[in-house]
Amino acid sequence: MKNLNAKIASIPMIFTALVIFVGCTAWTIYHSFTNSRLLPNNNWVGFDQYERLWDTKRWIVSVGNLAIYGVCSLVISVIIGFVLAALLDRKIRFEGVFRSIFLFPFALSFIVTGLVWQWILNPEFGVQKVLQSLGWENVTFDPLYNPDLVIYGILIAGIWQGSGLIMCVMLAGLRGIDGDIWKATRVDGIKTWKTYIFVIIPMMKPVFVTALVLIASGIIKVYDLVLAQTSGGPGIASEVPAKYVYDKMFNAQNLGQGFAASTMMLVSVAIVLIPWAYLQFGGKKND
Amino acid sequence: MKMIKKLLAAAVLTGLSSLSSATELEVSHWWTSGGEAAAVTELAKAFDASGDKWKDSAIAAGGGGAAAIIISRILGGDPMGATQLNHGRDAEELIKAGLLQDLTDVAEKENWREIIRPSSLLDSCTFEGRIYCAPVNIHSPQWLWLSHKAFKDAGIPVPKNWSEFIAAAPALDKAGKLPLAVGQQAWQSNLTFNAITIAISGLEPWKKVYVDKNAEVAGGEEFKKVFEAADQARKISAKGKMQDWNAATAMVIKGDAGGQIMGDWAQGEFQLAGQVAGEDYTCLPGLGVTEMISTGGDAFYFPVLKDAEQTAAQKRLAALIIQKDTQVAFNLKKGSLPIRGDVDLETANDCMKKGIKILAGNNVLPDLSQVISADTMSDLEDLMVEFWNDPSMTTEEAQERFVKVIARAD
Amino acid sequence: MTDETNLVDGPRGPKPKRAFTRRNIFVYGTLLLFAVYYLLPLWVMVVTSLKGMPEIRMGNIFSPPVEVTFQPWVKAWSEACTGINCDGLSRGFWNSIKILIPSTIVSILIASINGYALSKWRFKGSETFFAILVLGAFIPYQIMIYPIVILLREAGLYGSLWGLVLVHTIFGMPIMTLLFRNYFTGIPDELFKAARVDGAGFWGIFIKIMLPMSLPIIVVAMILQITGIWNDFLFGVIYTKPDLYPMTVQLNNIVNSVQGVKEYNVNMAATLLTGLVPLVIYFISGKLFVRGIAAGAVKG
Repeated sequence: MKNLNAKIASIPMIFTALVIFVGCTAWTIYHSFTNSRLLPNNNWVGFDQYERLWDTKRWIVSVGNLAIYGVCSLVISVIIGFVLAALLDRKIRFEGVFRSIFLFPFALSFIVTGLVWQWILNPEFGVQKVLQSLGWENVTFDPLYNPDLVIYGILIAGIWQGSGLIMCVMLAGLRGIDGDIWKATRVDGIKTWKTYIFVIIPMMKPVFVTALVLIASGIIKVYDLVLAQTSGGPGIASEVPAKYVYDKMFNAQNLGQGFAASTMMLVSVAIVLIPWAYLQFGGKKND
Repeated sequence: MKMIKKLLAAAVLTGLSSLSSATELEVSHWWTSGGEAAAVTELAKAFDASGDKWKDSAIAAGGGGAAAIIISRILGGDPMGATQLNHGRDAEELIKAGLLQDLTDVAEKENWREIIRPSSLLDSCTFEGRIYCAPVNIHSPQWLWLSHKAFKDAGIPVPKNWSEFIAAAPALDKAGKLPLAVGQQAWQSNLTFNAITIAISGLEPWKKVYVDKNAEVAGGEEFKKVFEAADQARKISAKGKMQDWNAATAMVIKGDAGGQIMGDWAQGEFQLAGQVAGEDYTCLPGLGVTEMISTGGDAFYFPVLKDAEQTAAQKRLAALIIQKDTQVAFNLKKGSLPIRGDVDLETANDCMKKGIKILAGNNVLPDLSQVISADTMSDLEDLMVEFWNDPSMTTEEAQERFVKVIARAD
Repeated sequence: MTDETNLVDGPRGPKPKRAFTRRNIFVYGTLLLFAVYYLLPLWVMVVTSLKGMPEIRMGNIFSPPVEVTFQPWVKAWSEACTGINCDGLSRGFWNSIKILIPSTIVSILIASINGYALSKWRFKGSETFFAILVLGAFIPYQIMIYPIVILLREAGLYGSLWGLVLVHTIFGMPIMTLLFRNYFTGIPDELFKAARVDGAGFWGIFIKIMLPMSLPIIVVAMILQITGIWNDFLFGVIYTKPDLYPMTVQLNNIVNSVQGVKEYNVNMAATLLTGLVPLVIYFISGKLFVRGIAAGAVKG
């Protein structure tokens, strides 16, 4: 038996890949077509759970929130991440200090992040009160209590926590660019910002794709942040799909509904992931 | 020196308890507010004094979130020794799956059938003739709590019913008070709506909708009025920005808010703040309109454990909960009513006496959690919390969706 | 794609000439502005946790404390209540340590073996398993939560420390395996072949040659796992019981159980305490942390 030891040593990996990632996912997808309540059962009900899911306002709101949160945090994180990385790459003093400052929130948990920003955005004590006491008496700044703005209040916190990582990825990308390019553009007299936009960014395409995948895979899991910051409120204005799944499974004791919702989450990840995987791995074969 | 004494005392204590073979039992509950913690301490003291050991596992996530954690633990096969759970439909499937301890022998030995009043409490612990839970108190969510200070500051008399309260709202608002304090968690929106329903529609339509799941009545005239009343309530509570129910109660206690619709567990908070019923605050059961209360309340369930010692301890705890002394000590702190008719609550305050009187007159209705499933409850909560916090949602739209939930309800 | 060690080489942009050019003002101005955004919450946490409640009610959340008090810290650590347990966050802290140590060791050990097998001992299908593993990193946890409850129950591990260790090992496996696989791929095959000629087997080579050489990547992996596991909330709340609740769960419990008035200073002290361990790891490890996430991220 060739490589027997290697195979034995790989048992935990094979177990994780097959039983957990494939097996558990298949199990959940299968049971999303049943009417399982508190305990899983095998009563096949077809797409009933999905029909109910898409007929539920809270789910629609959750998906909408995730879309807003996702698109905004993609765009903003990438912009902030790139700008900061580019500035840090300008051979500045205290680069290490700035980098540490931009990245430290990434070491903190979403629970901690959510609680801090809940406190800062608290209208009774936080930014709103400070602005009012500075003379702008009529200023209202209470995003966490305004159904139309609450998702942006969460976004501020999410970006605070995660954009440092993107900066880091971008910086690594910038450092990977050949120094001769800069020399050449300077000789040609091309302005710095033009060089970034027309030369550097196109060269960094793979880095951008990585950053996007990184952010996208994090976004869908957003749960702790919302739980700590708003618990989904006011009303259902800041609900997210991950929370819907958890609440339906354990609180409403409707497993089928929770499974259907989590299957939809998987589908949306697949929609993002498959084109990426195709670009990343499919493209290589042609090289 | 002091330290040494402490250590010695601790050593003696641990020595003693190990001698009497105390069995430790982990007890889960979601009683985390000041008044609630004071009440649960009484239970723990009684259990410890009986020779066993109460291990407290409080879960602070508001009723809903806590139930999720409790249920996932029971399903995971490593349950606690005893747990608070809304008795009623929450537990049905757990019982069917054989995950909860059958308490019938304890109940028979301790004569629960004779003692527990109203008997409907024990009925909701009963499944196919067997008893699975020990009710600990009677709670009713249909109360309006009013702050005397707030009304005095606004220069108007304390209202006697819901319509007077609504009429007083502008004056309260003018005096800088929040007329109605409603916490933003979903279960609170649902509780408030449900209390208004009983007060406005009366008993029959309520029963048709929630017990018989009659969608036609849910879409009818009576419920149109209910939604309009809820809309009024929503408007006068719009400025409130608190999450927890006891934060809202704190506003009533301080006189910053005129009133709050909350269960009688709010009493514990008033009591802890040293307030006197009738002097500092007024309570109106059934919002002062329909003087009926539901006889829900808390109950303890005992998941099936493998260990025989612990199983015996579970049964001891079940028996202890029903005993007279425990009932008095616990319910006085909690502000709830005892589950037996033969307890003399001479120290009970004004509000509790009102409750006892209603109970004696048998003006009771079933608790919401006994007539609808957890699934429907969660749908209702989702709808109500949205209605309550989104002023752009019209009463027509809300009622339309309400009808849909009821039509699907089980 | 890119080599993360480049980060350490230093910037490659054009050299600055004078100190106060328009360019410099723009560059440093923007950087400072962002630095304020990132630092402000930390500052607010610290000052709030050092104030008394009256001062919080009267004052400005950004202003430093007039009267410094450590009472909120003491309360958050050892006195804050959930139900009738009033032992603060301290229990959660020790639980987190108890969870952290075995989870980090087991997950890194298994992942390093995986990476070793995948890079030097490929067998039929090994690449497929690896691909599944990497894709698994993107599956939302929510879809696997419930079946794992059942698996743990059947294994008799639900609610136990080892159950949670297993869960952390499983969910940390994709990124950790990737890290080690890439690292071991970089180790020259000649070395490996020479050892085989000498008669060393799978485990011999791993223990005598590979492990001693992989110290740098182990440090990186440790940093990633320690922060990740410490910050976990979801698994802690689902797969353990109150006895074992990690610090994040306990923090959420304490902040949400209000007895009387909400004590914001205690909440902030508790929040800071919970964030302290990863922050300390972060500031001590410095560039290694950066290298870790860059390695994990860029190569992912």
